[in-house]
Amino acid sequence: MAERHTDLIVASAPHVCAPANTASIMRDVLIALVPALAVSVYVFGIRSLVMAVCCIVFCVFFEWLVRKIMKRDNTIGDLSAAVTGLILAFNIPVRLPIWMAAVGCFIAIVVVKQLFGGLGQNFANPAIVGRIALFIGFAGPMASWTINSRMSQAILDVAEIDATTGATPLGMLAAGQTLPSNLEMFLGLISGSMGEISAAALLLGGIYLIVRKVISPAIPVSFLATVAVLSLVFGLDPIFQLCAGGVMLGAIFMATDYVTSPITTSGRIIFGIGCGLFTMLIRVYASYPEGVSFAILLMNILTPHIDRLTRHKAFKPAPEGGAAK
Amino acid sequence: MKKTKLQILTNGIIRENPVLVLVLGTCPTLAISTQAINGLGMGVSVLVVLTCSNIMISALKRIIPDTVRIPCYIVVIASFVTMVQLALKAYLPSLDKALGVYIPLIVVNCIILGRAEAFAGKNSVIDSALDGIGMGIGYTLTATVMACIRELLGSGTIFGHAVTAGTITPFTIMVMAPGGFFIFGCLIALVNKLTKGKVKEKQQNKCLGCPGAALCSHVQEGGAEE
Repeated sequence: MAERHTDLIVASAPHVCAPANTASIMRDVLIALVPALAVSVYVFGIRSLVMAVCCIVFCVFFEWLVRKIMKRDNTIGDLSAAVTGLILAFNIPVRLPIWMAAVGCFIAIVVVKQLFGGLGQNFANPAIVGRIALFIGFAGPMASWTINSRMSQAILDVAEIDATTGATPLGMLAAGQTLPSNLEMFLGLISGSMGEISAAALLLGGIYLIVRKVISPAIPVSFLATVAVLSLVFGLDPIFQLCAGGVMLGAIFMATDYVTSPITTSGRIIFGIGCGLFTMLIRVYASYPEGVSFAILLMNILTPHIDRLTRHKAFKPAPEGGAAK
Repeated sequence: MKKTKLQILTNGIIRENPVLVLVLGTCPTLAISTQAINGLGMGVSVLVVLTCSNIMISALKRIIPDTVRIPCYIVVIASFVTMVQLALKAYLPSLDKALGVYIPLIVVNCIILGRAEAFAGKNSVIDSALDGIGMGIGYTLTATVMACIRELLGSGTIFGHAVTAGTITPFTIMVMAPGGFFIFGCLIALVNKLTKGKVKEKQQNKCLGCPGAALCSHVQEGGAEE
């Protein structure tokens, strides 16, 4: 391998030089996640911050440990493990025992990311798989939602007698209960996973990322638009469907992962539509109330095929038997 | 190079472990290894069938016409599977119930047909018996170890005895299909590590078998140069 100079690329001018690198991009993502973390701390209390810090520490530690054991150069400086940790923390309920969160971090970093070769080689978003493994493996603790007096009255009304566990809006919709108002949904005064509750804060982060050109709007916009259109088709309230559950978090921060999403704009639009379609199909027809993570995982797996279908003409192989002279 | 009797016996345990190195009979192994007792029961059933069918096929190898050998092997294997199944039904009905369809499916288990084709059809009766016992032990060990790990992590018990159950919430995904594949992969990695340098390089065309080859810029024919 050593003789191959893959880093020496010969191309014609002009050569564009950008200051962006992995660490700067990941730093921007972390900054964009701060508003949602702030809302989470406001709604759920300080435990939310503790959980976020723990997940980041576990992810960075596992990344460091695995790279050391595998005798590869260390990559914790690129902050990608910290981003995975924070996004995973956003995907779990605030009261989840810390050791279960550590199991999720292990699956995300060690199994999904490093065993496949580290950043850039993972076939799926590490945080998504970490969340799904926890969701299936620890079904009870992963669906025990904290409530407190900061939340919407509608949430408090359906709380159990001991008044410590409540339901998410999507669960309440499935059970046919009175729902929180759309404004409460948008601001995030509801129960749910740590970072998914506030659509407003997540949108703020998303706008920051788009302005900084860290992500392209293609995936979030097509994802959210598909969810809204399908809500209307199924006769549901589109604002509610957009603000409930993990749609905002998934569309802005998880579906846009560079490694696991298509590279062309048309591919990204197909990817976003697919995510929205599967999310709504799972919400409406499946036994789980929420399907964002499954939808994104499924589209992650389809990404290589989308890339092949949407490849620019110039990069496509010549048609069989008709090579140009 | 002629192998000694001991080598034939021990071949199947690690070096040519039917599940982890030859990657045969994966489906029943993944399906039944949710509880240690099932893994052990399935392993012993396969051990018995494999040994008996190896002996029988080796003894009959001059009588069986080459063109219809596969159906003949299947008939021999199916007879032994039926015996094992009836014995289980009579003496261990709960195990029979737990293993369900996977006992009759031993008939089409690749390990048994594979050893009949690759070994018993060409070697003496005693060698075939030793090969069957060795491969059977390899299979039993794999299924049992895999099932122990999955049962411990997924239910908190080993052979039904509580280890961590009640104190730690079990990670139930381990007794489901994804956990099975995960432990399977970990064990293959472990065996590759243990047999480092002894097992032949299996993949000659490293890149060409990869589904991502069409998209990959590093793709090259004939495998990566090292």
